[in-house]
Amino acid sequence: MAFYVVQFLTGLASAASLFLVASGLSIIFGVTRIVNFAHGAFYMIGAYIAFTLTERFSGAFGFWGGVVLAALAVALIGVLVEMVLLRRIYHAPELFQLLGTFGLTLMVEDLVVLIWGPDDLVGRRAPGFKGAVDFFGQNIPSYDLFLIVLGPVVLGILWLLFQRTRWGVLVRAATQDRDMVAALGVNQKWLFTSVFAVGVFLAALGGALQIPRDAVHHAMDLRIIVEVFVVVVIGGLGSIVGAFVAAVLVSELNAFGILIFPKISIILVFLVMAVVLIVRPWGLFGKPEAAARKTPGLSVNPWRPLTSNERLAALAALVVAAMLPLVAGNYALTVGSEIAIFVIFAVSLHFLMSVGGLASFGHAAYFGLGAYGVAFLAKMAGLPMIVCLLLGPLLGCMGAAVFGFFAVQLSGVYFAMLTLAFAQIVWSIAFQWVSVTGGDNGILGVWPEKWAASPSHFYWLALGVAALVTIALRVMVFSPFGYALRATRDSVLRSEAVGIDAKRIQWTAFVIAGTTAGIGGALFAYLKGSVFPDNLGISLSVDALVMVLLGGVETVSGGVIGAIVYKALNIWLVSQTDLSKLVLGGFIVLIVVVFPKGIVGMLEILAQRRRKSSPPGSSLLAKPIESAE
Amino acid sequence: MSVASPLLEVEGLTKSYGGIHAVRGVSFSLRSGEILALIGPNGAGKSTCFDMLNGQNRPDAGHVRLLGEETTGKKPREIWRLGVGRTFQITATFATMTVRENVQVALISHGKQLFNLWGSAPRFDRGEAVRLLELVGMAGYADRPCGELAYGDLKRLELAVALANEPKLLLMDEPTAGMAPRERVELMRLTAQIAKEKSIGVLFTEHDMDVVFEHADRIIVLNRGTLIAEGSPAEVRGNPQVQAIYLGEGLLYEGGHREGASA
Ligand SMILES: Nc1ncnc2c1ncn2[C@@H]1O[C@H](COP(=O)(O)OP(=O)(O)O)[C@@H](O)[C@H]1O
Ligand SMILES: [Mg+2]
Repeated sequence: MAFYVVQFLTGLASAASLFLVASGLSIIFGVTRIVNFAHGAFYMIGAYIAFTLTERFSGAFGFWGGVVLAALAVALIGVLVEMVLLRRIYHAPELFQLLGTFGLTLMVEDLVVLIWGPDDLVGRRAPGFKGAVDFFGQNIPSYDLFLIVLGPVVLGILWLLFQRTRWGVLVRAATQDRDMVAALGVNQKWLFTSVFAVGVFLAALGGALQIPRDAVHHAMDLRIIVEVFVVVVIGGLGSIVGAFVAAVLVSELNAFGILIFPKISIILVFLVMAVVLIVRPWGLFGKPEAAARKTPGLSVNPWRPLTSNERLAALAALVVAAMLPLVAGNYALTVGSEIAIFVIFAVSLHFLMSVGGLASFGHAAYFGLGAYGVAFLAKMAGLPMIVCLLLGPLLGCMGAAVFGFFAVQLSGVYFAMLTLAFAQIVWSIAFQWVSVTGGDNGILGVWPEKWAASPSHFYWLALGVAALVTIALRVMVFSPFGYALRATRDSVLRSEAVGIDAKRIQWTAFVIAGTTAGIGGALFAYLKGSVFPDNLGISLSVDALVMVLLGGVETVSGGVIGAIVYKALNIWLVSQTDLSKLVLGGFIVLIVVVFPKGIVGMLEILAQRRRKSSPPGSSLLAKPIESAE
Repeated sequence: MSVASPLLEVEGLTKSYGGIHAVRGVSFSLRSGEILALIGPNGAGKSTCFDMLNGQNRPDAGHVRLLGEETTGKKPREIWRLGVGRTFQITATFATMTVRENVQVALISHGKQLFNLWGSAPRFDRGEAVRLLELVGMAGYADRPCGELAYGDLKRLELAVALANEPKLLLMDEPTAGMAPRERVELMRLTAQIAKEKSIGVLFTEHDMDVVFEHADRIIVLNRGTLIAEGSPAEVRGNPQVQAIYLGEGLLYEGGHREGASA
């Protein structure tokens, strides 16, 4: 019995940091409507700076002062970020806000390694809370007891702040109605900045307070942000009480999940999240949000199928690509195969994101599942390659069917958070379930059969599949189904009013996209000869997003072009620098701020201008539509 | 007009938000081919009524029957399949498609081809799409991006979309709000003509009293969620209670010169 009580208390102690970070995210979202993906990064910097300060200054004052000072310093960084970056993207579509803050996260990951080194840092214990309390023969660290008290105290302070101060009243008013605050003439810019600072302060404080419990390391940002997303999805985005209740719930589920499923404890959290989503899609304490800005892009430009000339050009490009083995060596062919595979991956996400308006931040899960599917079939069942290639993607299909069902219940930022959390869950299963997946060591020796083994043959295989997949998805874009999908993206209200079951359409699209990604993953397993958890990791999901974004999220061909350009650049970049995340993150931020239309989008604009300048274009009607609300 | 079984029967429809009784015990019926206007000042509960008829909103109490079939609590898409077309107070269209494609999506849905992955949507039932656009005078705009249309044209497009499933009943919430006065008269004339030809029942709300008195066969008046009057245009115009409400608003006789800028 005592053991369970101790387990329960450990859970409560873990909830404290989680609550701090989640409440910060919620407050920021409430006022600015931005889901700050960089929140985990601020948590991590908080921990690193606190580590440095508490090592530097001794004594109780040095420790507690260091913790608070670290949080304040990070809040200051937050203010800078808000003023330099966020102010430019408050009015951009959601997707760009998510990606922009995600780009920051990537940059921070490399920066902390640059400053503090790649090794785990073990901080010192908190003065006054070094011992443990004996509880019927079980030990409870006294620092845990401190954290258990701290959570409710912070909740109380936040409550006072929001109820009793003028600033708090403004924040609550802004959360309910932003226009009203603007109308009151309050300096909205400052309100946003201060809210962001408070939110970041909470995140950094959460990180700083973790140092006596856990080592500081450069991957802690992703771990916390995924847990925080789970918390806000369960508790309801924008609700502080919700953040508290859900933080406790998730921490307890983790604490007891380990006892029930020692290997895959995260399953339990997933099950609870699934139940909450079915019963209360907006979280336990959340309010339904009016779906804002469904259109992923910035303008309205109807799509059209390729003209016959353009089709010929595409065919010619394919023929040229198919002749690569005549001139290129083995390395170039391997790179070519990889690019072809990433074209498959990118067009599958494009289908979901550009056509369906569903920006998945965890698309690699289905790519990786396809890869693992092949590895299982080839290594365990010993099936022939062609059978593995056909059946392997079905694992991606099944994963997409299960997760997609829940994900499409939500939209916008909730969808993004949920898909990211799902992908992270799949990743941890692959990572933890060593007996089946080989864990970190992966599954090795997945080599292609003789007919596809030579680089040129494999290249032709990958190119052929990529061409088929691209054509098939393109046909679907212009099929009745593709239009129904776009209809749900443009206006759920109207599509339901003309008999379209939006969720079923979106779910189907999710499964199609997941299966297609699985096809890419299946080929990838054979290309590399092995499968690792990284094949379904977050950075791969981000790669896919960036490819589509770079190509042009509002265009039909953006996925293909983006994949080719990005992958080629990426392979080159990795060979040039160790700081690829820093460069990639900066690149993402740059695209979001100055180049949001992507390559194909820019080309289309140029072509349009040329067309317009020749005949005096009949100037079109009055009121331009802003992105459909 | 024949005395056929009513197309739409509404009985004791009720909805409240917190303390606000948006709609209280509203009952009325509508026959095929009849044009019924639902009028009332801003906030009277007209849009709330519409949303409940259409399935967008669930009533707290009451019943809606369409051709004898209970539709209370059904989803908008199910009600649409029964033959109800809807236009919105604030237009809802597919902004990234062309005008024709907007109609084609409705036709695709009507033809139960939503899960067809191989056909060509831009070529789907093109003739019918253009015919519907012609009907509302939008054929010339067929290939324009919907996102570029003026508001009045969007309203006409919505009408074409609402007609795509050969509806028996049209629900039009402020179909002419935001249009120029001349356009309003035109649009309602068009609607009335189509409705008579195809024997479609039409329920519409409207701020412009010229439009209401010219086209409605019958009028029902809602005030603070309650039906306070019902009858022919002449009867309603003569009703002292209605006059009292509208005199304050100054809408009854000069409505044509005011924008229906309600929320
Ligand atoms: N979602 C809602 N939440 C709270 N109150 C609402 C909501 N929708 C409508 N109301 C209230 O119900 C009443 C009727 O509104 P509505 O049906 O839009 O009126 P009308 O269309 O006649 O102008 C108004 O008082 C309005 O404030
Ligand atoms: Mg209204």
